[in-house]
Amino acid sequence: MGNQDAPAKAGTIRHFRIWRGDESGGELTDYQVEVNEGEVVLDVIHRLQATQAPDLACRWNCKAGKCGSCSMEINGMPRLGCMTRMSTFDENETVTITPLRTFPIIRDLVTDVSFNYEKARETPAFAPPPDLAPGEYRMQQVDVERSQEFRKCIECFLCQNTCHVVRDHEENKPAFSGPRFFIRAAELDMHPLDTRTDRKEYAQASQGLGYCNITKCCTEVCPEHIKITDNAIIPMKERVVDRRYDPLVWLGSRIFRRGQDGAGQSPRDPDQLGVAHSHAGASHEPGAETDAERGLHWGRQVPQPQAPAVDSRGRLPISEFAFDRPAAPSPFGDDVTFPMPAKDLNYAHPEQQD
Amino acid sequence: MTTRIERHHYDVVVIGAGGAGLRAAIEARLAGKRTAIISKSLFGKAHTVMAEGGAAAAMGNVNPRDNWQVHFRDTMRGGKFLNNYRMAELHAKEAPQRIWELETYGALFDRTKDGKISQRNFGGHEYPRLAHVGDRTGLELIRTLQQKIVSLQQEDKKQHGDYEARIKVFAETTITDLLLDGDRIAGAFGYYRESGEFVLFEAPAVVLATGGVGRSYKVTSNSWEYTGDGHALALRAGATLINMEFLQFHPTGMVWPPSVKGILVTESVRGDGGVLRNSEGKRFMFDYVPDVFRKQYAETEEEADRWYTDPDNNRRPPELLPRDEVARAINAEVKAGRGSPAGGVYLDVASRLSAEEIKRRLPSMYHQFKELADVDITKQPMEVGPTCHYVMGGVEVDPDTTAAAGHVQGLFAAGEVSGGMHGSNRLGGNSLSDLLVFGKRAGEHAAAYADSVGRRPKVSTADVEAAVERALAPLERKGGESPYRLQQDLQTVMGDLVGIIRRRSELEDALVRLAELRDRVNRVSVTGGRRYNPGWHLALDLRNMLLVSECTARAALEREESRGGHTREDFPTMSPKWRTVNLVCSLDGEKVRLEHKPLPKMRPELMMLFDRAELAKYLTDEELAEFDALTAEAHAEEAAK
Ligand SMILES: Cc1cc2nc3c(=O)[nH]c(=O)nc-3n(C[C@H](O)[C@H](O)[C@H](O)COP(=O)(O)OP(=O)(O)OC[C@H]3O[C@@H](n4cnc5c(N)ncnc54)[C@H](O)[C@@H]3O)c2cc1C
Ligand code: SF4
Ligand code: SF4
Ligand code: FES
Repeated sequence: MGNQDAPAKAGTIRHFRIWRGDESGGELTDYQVEVNEGEVVLDVIHRLQATQAPDLACRWNCKAGKCGSCSMEINGMPRLGCMTRMSTFDENETVTITPLRTFPIIRDLVTDVSFNYEKARETPAFAPPPDLAPGEYRMQQVDVERSQEFRKCIECFLCQNTCHVVRDHEENKPAFSGPRFFIRAAELDMHPLDTRTDRKEYAQASQGLGYCNITKCCTEVCPEHIKITDNAIIPMKERVVDRRYDPLVWLGSRIFRRGQDGAGQSPRDPDQLGVAHSHAGASHEPGAETDAERGLHWGRQVPQPQAPAVDSRGRLPISEFAFDRPAAPSPFGDDVTFPMPAKDLNYAHPEQQD
Repeated sequence: MTTRIERHHYDVVVIGAGGAGLRAAIEARLAGKRTAIISKSLFGKAHTVMAEGGAAAAMGNVNPRDNWQVHFRDTMRGGKFLNNYRMAELHAKEAPQRIWELETYGALFDRTKDGKISQRNFGGHEYPRLAHVGDRTGLELIRTLQQKIVSLQQEDKKQHGDYEARIKVFAETTITDLLLDGDRIAGAFGYYRESGEFVLFEAPAVVLATGGVGRSYKVTSNSWEYTGDGHALALRAGATLINMEFLQFHPTGMVWPPSVKGILVTESVRGDGGVLRNSEGKRFMFDYVPDVFRKQYAETEEEADRWYTDPDNNRRPPELLPRDEVARAINAEVKAGRGSPAGGVYLDVASRLSAEEIKRRLPSMYHQFKELADVDITKQPMEVGPTCHYVMGGVEVDPDTTAAAGHVQGLFAAGEVSGGMHGSNRLGGNSLSDLLVFGKRAGEHAAAYADSVGRRPKVSTADVEAAVERALAPLERKGGESPYRLQQDLQTVMGDLVGIIRRRSELEDALVRLAELRDRVNRVSVTGGRRYNPGWHLALDLRNMLLVSECTARAALEREESRGGHTREDFPTMSPKWRTVNLVCSLDGEKVRLEHKPLPKMRPELMMLFDRAELAKYLTDEELAEFDALTAEAHAEEAAK
């Protein structure tokens, strides 16, 4: 009758800190809760609801990484609660769960993501070929595959949440659609039968593609492993260059060349291009995520992400010549000076005691 | 307590933003109606998003011998001839058109070599028939419809200066009551989940597209949304439900780790070559081919394996039997002590396809197992077992217009919430196409109905006040039980006593316990406020779950035979007599009433699509005699020519 219970090991008690509150404020609340073998963070939240916190607000639907409802920040990392296995944490590690930071709070882990639906509505829809009747569409698999990659998007909005252009930068929201909608534009641009020809120009002119400085943080957090930057944003920027001058590509290729020329320097993979900088746990090294989660002081002031340096028109400067400083923008943001005070560092010394 | 209530006026209100709801809304808007779409979760997250395998439509792209007649036949066979034949007919005829239409909305299905929509094999379908996109077809479907709605809104913006001039989405809004003016639908009442504020929609036509009921079971592939709201709303509005005893337990849900127990493993794993083995390594499905299917399925492993490359000259592997058969077989193997450690059997694709092939054809299964169970399906077999998946039963509707039967006007139903189309068992892939075919019809006929009502029905203030009171009761009550606790108890009753295999004594016991639960649910109380309070939301859903569970248990007790998604240990075979009977639930005050109603009779020309030998397994002697008379007549006519 389908209820043969699997032999599960007895659960252990673990320490959770969950942000509780609404738009008027809130705080991290401590919970001790049972965790069983094979569970994910969302299971623990459900157990909390059923036992200690019946009104703990949290979105979810599929519990299988398919719907993109359960987006949250777990130990500072934007992730899906249903796809974060408890076994990725140490037995005695505190797990801190906070709502997505880029969107206004509704309650507890639920945020107001209407920003994304507004942007979706502004993005011009598929323009079908007028001369083809339903059933007459013919496309080759190789041609649809590029767009299909972007259609894997489950609209979890983790990329939107991570992108520094809007994270903590409310003022950029009107002009910037964000990575989710860059891939939508790219998807339509690469659609074999879409009849609009100005998708790239539109992205540049009306979606704020120019704000993006290819930090790849969006790609890193995408649970669908969509190569947002490499396969959508960069091609969109590059193709705009044919007709329009895009500073970043130009700048990027210069850095690339410099890197390769440098004696003793390992040739840089074009993938590693771009202006890396750190924000809220979105790290750039494999393994760095686990390292970063070890023994960190989560109460610290999280370094604010930096907006790219833009001119008065909200655009990136046209070239190095017109730029107000002699080289590429600092990868750490322009108002960071070195050395940084130790308490602001997102770094835990391996030998620390606690 | 004084409560502010927001009011909206629409022509058509669609409850549900899954495939059926969105397709209905598109149609209503295309008919020029002001349309509201209401959904418990965010826009684009409805259950349809989880569908994996594909949408069935006899386009004949992969095997040109496929056509609507074959699809119709498969559907009737799958449902063990209990389907409403007219729905199965419309579905088979219209599905291709509905799928092609999606391409004009921007959908990108996987392609065949000559650039058409590719189609894959699935359990119970004679030819490769499922249009698909890897194993995320539901996502493609819902996103496409969502984007079509956006494009309609963009048109409206151009024309009227407002995106929401004619079609508006109310996300995270739950409807708790339908409001009537006499026998006519007058509107719908609900609350915004975000704020807990109430909202009233006044509209002459309501389309129910609320999906299923699986949340009443412990092991289920369904999400929190599936609490049978639409079923319950319809009952309370005076409509009827049919076939509620038929629940589909999908044969392959994950069984390990415990926290993901129930999550679906798509049938495409088997369609693409995966095989089921017991703990002894035996491909046991060969032992479970029932007589009615003997002719269509392979008898040896060699023949079964040849079928994947040469389907025209070989019979299909028994792993692709309809779902109820496979679920029962797995159940039997586990009961016989040949199960896996976690209480399932092994689904092995690793030894059958190369690692590359697996990752390309089943990418999300690969990820799902990697990330949730730490199992690499290119190297290890998966452990799987039955999980509650789909409810065949639902609102009794008119096949052509989807208007709800019973004594209510202006109510339409489409998608999983409606009943009849799938009979006693749904074939995989027939749901997504069902959503499109009947979603469109629902939108069209709801719009036409809205046009035809002269004076608009009026919502009565007393009804709204009563609805407010009902909704607030759990918050105001003190000292009752927690909704989570009650839900668990309900799930236990349904899982243990009204599960895959049923017995009279257990079903009777279930009804007693459901009655006890009803008292407890009437006293449920929750803490916290009205803002996004999941405890409160669950407390309100419980009422629906309980009502629908009672319908299932009653109908299961009544039907003394085993057929499709209903297996009685005490009546283990199919009975031709019961095939002619639909069990119809209605609500009489607070009481569920169950009635027998004859099944509509299939039209002669549809009947003639089947072999006599096949029909003999299902039909009563009188029906067979009629069939013989028909064939004789046809022969005579031929001879006369
Ligand atoms: C894991 C999984 C895989 C599947 N795979 C396939 C497949 O490969 N092929 C196939 O054909 N079928 C498949 N199915 C079945 C199919 O997905 C569903 O039957 C179908 O999606 C149901 O669609 P729907 O439009 O009826 O409802 P849903 O998509 O479930 O939408 C229901 C909507 O109603 C809303 N709602 C419910 N109650 C209320 C209320 N009270 N107030 C307001 N709104 C409400 C919900 O919020 C939701 O928006 C699968 C199902 C599952 C669970
Ligand atoms: S690459 Fe960086 S700046 Fe560009 S969209 Fe992604 S996160 Fe934002
Ligand atoms: S692109 Fe990836 S991260 Fe962004 S919304 Fe889609 S699935 Fe989520
Ligand atoms: S619940 Fe659907 S992605 Fe997590």
